[in-house]
Amino acid sequence: MLVAISFYLLAAVAIAAAFMVVASKNPVHSVMYLILTFFSAAGLFILLGAEFLALLIVMVYVGAVAVLFLFVVMMLDVDFVEMKQGFLQYLPVGALVGVVLFIEMFLVGAAYFSGEPTTVVERDPNVSNLEAFGEVLYTEYAGMFEAAGLILLVALIGAVVLTLREREGVRKQNILEQNARTRATGVEHVDIEPGQGIG
Amino acid sequence: MLQTISLFAPQLLLAVTASLLLGFGVSKDKDRSIIVRYIAVGLLILFAFIGLLLGQPTGEAFKGALRVDNYSHYVNMFMGLSAAAALMFSKSYFQTEKLDRYEYSVLVLYAVLGMSIMVSANSLLSLYIGIELQSLALYVMAAFNRDSLRASEAGLKYFVLGAISSGLLLYGSSLIYGFTGSLEFDRIAQVVSEGATPGIIAGMVFLLCGLAFKISAVPFHMWTPDVYEGSPTPVTGFFSAAPKFAAMALIARLVVGPFGDIVTQWQQVIIVLAVLSMFVGAIGALAQTNVKRLMAYSSIANMGYALVPLAAGTVAGVKGMLIFMSIYVITVIGIFACILQMRIRNGMVEQISDLSGLSKSNKSLAIILSLFMFSLMGIPPLLGFFGKWFAFAPAVEANLTWLVVLALIASVIGAFYYLRLVKTMWFEQPENEFVQAPKTLRGLSAISVLLVFPLLILPFIAVRSQGIIALAAESLF
Repeated sequence: MLVAISFYLLAAVAIAAAFMVVASKNPVHSVMYLILTFFSAAGLFILLGAEFLALLIVMVYVGAVAVLFLFVVMMLDVDFVEMKQGFLQYLPVGALVGVVLFIEMFLVGAAYFSGEPTTVVERDPNVSNLEAFGEVLYTEYAGMFEAAGLILLVALIGAVVLTLREREGVRKQNILEQNARTRATGVEHVDIEPGQGIG
Repeated sequence: MLQTISLFAPQLLLAVTASLLLGFGVSKDKDRSIIVRYIAVGLLILFAFIGLLLGQPTGEAFKGALRVDNYSHYVNMFMGLSAAAALMFSKSYFQTEKLDRYEYSVLVLYAVLGMSIMVSANSLLSLYIGIELQSLALYVMAAFNRDSLRASEAGLKYFVLGAISSGLLLYGSSLIYGFTGSLEFDRIAQVVSEGATPGIIAGMVFLLCGLAFKISAVPFHMWTPDVYEGSPTPVTGFFSAAPKFAAMALIARLVVGPFGDIVTQWQQVIIVLAVLSMFVGAIGALAQTNVKRLMAYSSIANMGYALVPLAAGTVAGVKGMLIFMSIYVITVIGIFACILQMRIRNGMVEQISDLSGLSKSNKSLAIILSLFMFSLMGIPPLLGFFGKWFAFAPAVEANLTWLVVLALIASVIGAFYYLRLVKTMWFEQPENEFVQAPKTLRGLSAISVLLVFPLLILPFIAVRSQGIIALAAESLF
């Protein structure tokens, strides 16, 4: 009973918040609603018994991604009011496509829930999520794990290639050179005649 | 141990050496782009033949995530060679445009690595990871000329639409996972053979839609003309060869593998994609004035032709697709080698009208380019004819004669714009002075034209290569 109530509450909040992400006028509010969506999704994962995934969602999506979004939204000078002007204009067509898609997916889902419930992979209640992940991540999925790492590397290369610009004539600090300075290279002795100055 | 490594040796080779090259290329005062490019080309050629060198090992690597068979060896070979050619013809262009940076070669290596994972994919996870690795590298390459507004626009457009296609793909994958309980193709095939529920079919359609983006089949083709036009020309040449072959090979593996028992279900999707692509590609190209946009529509139409034999769902169909795609890749590499040779005084040739009178200013180039155009049209003595022959015959055998008739009508419409290009080259007055092209480009186009002109090579390799392709196609079933 409590599980059912929590599920419907979390699911309703998730859907409402997701709608508000699109609908709210202020982009900062949108990001806030996005965070709320992530939190509700994390709650749903906990209900499914996937506590590690729930923690990951909170840490990665809320902690890193959403905060980054917030920075981007606040730093970039984008006129969101102007961007949103076409929103209502395209709403009827978009809503029509959305409703048709929803009905189709609902029928597919109905077919699923009308069938008998099956458990695909039996889960040992004594093994925690983290243990279960650890057992397969670096053994069975090692190759795919490495390949996923390469995807991140490619993203990194892309960011550098597309944005790094080496500017000419900029003074840079060379710490090695600074540390290697001796008295002989750093100080110059000038013998000044009295009354002449150094000009 | 060695046997296990030999299975994924092609991927291992690319992953390790690309990362090493990335480190090697970083240099404070020396520009190492040229040496990195040559090493990368050598690696790609090694990658292409490593399957042959190791005696074509077959089996499954990473607990069934990658499946290595004759099919993957064959497609890897073509992808490696076409990527090596694309890398070679990028040299002079990037140098004259002052864009030459060693990261380009490294990105090509990573993209080919992603494609080889796609071609060998035996689970939805490896499928997705391969596609993302490939696409991410391609997005960056599209925007490589970052100071050009059009290239940045092309990169951004490609990225956003690619993200949507990834979304479709993932949604389909999650449906399939939910309804079959497994990511592995073998297990999915087993569940599908016991009876496909609407959920599995819906998932499969989403999956095919996501992949149709990658081969730019209509109605998922919108990005193609803009991205082809905006990207630097050698990048466009690369886009139209290896990634298309990889995605097409993945579609074939997917439909005859896990969904092999529900041919009637996916056949409809493939037929719709094929018919729309052929006609939109043929008709859309009629009004183009830019050579790169023309090639974009041409590639849309050709992807349609390649889907025709696949719709048959037979061994002969997969074989026809492989032959057609191989010939298309050779032709398109040759065409881009020709386009990149033509440099007029104020930049690259981009407009079709720039080609006018090419026969008078550079006769050999005009002959070569005309041969390629005739090959794409499918005029008999040339290789393109055999491509279409092997592509359409399996569809006729599978009682899809009407589809072949539609394909032939589309080919006739398409012939118009190829012929218009030929007419511009031979029957119009020259307007521009062409600058002498570098040797590598002339060499590449000469090699591809020799390949396209089958009378020279057909007797020697035709029977043999057909045997290899047939083996490759059979290993899927």
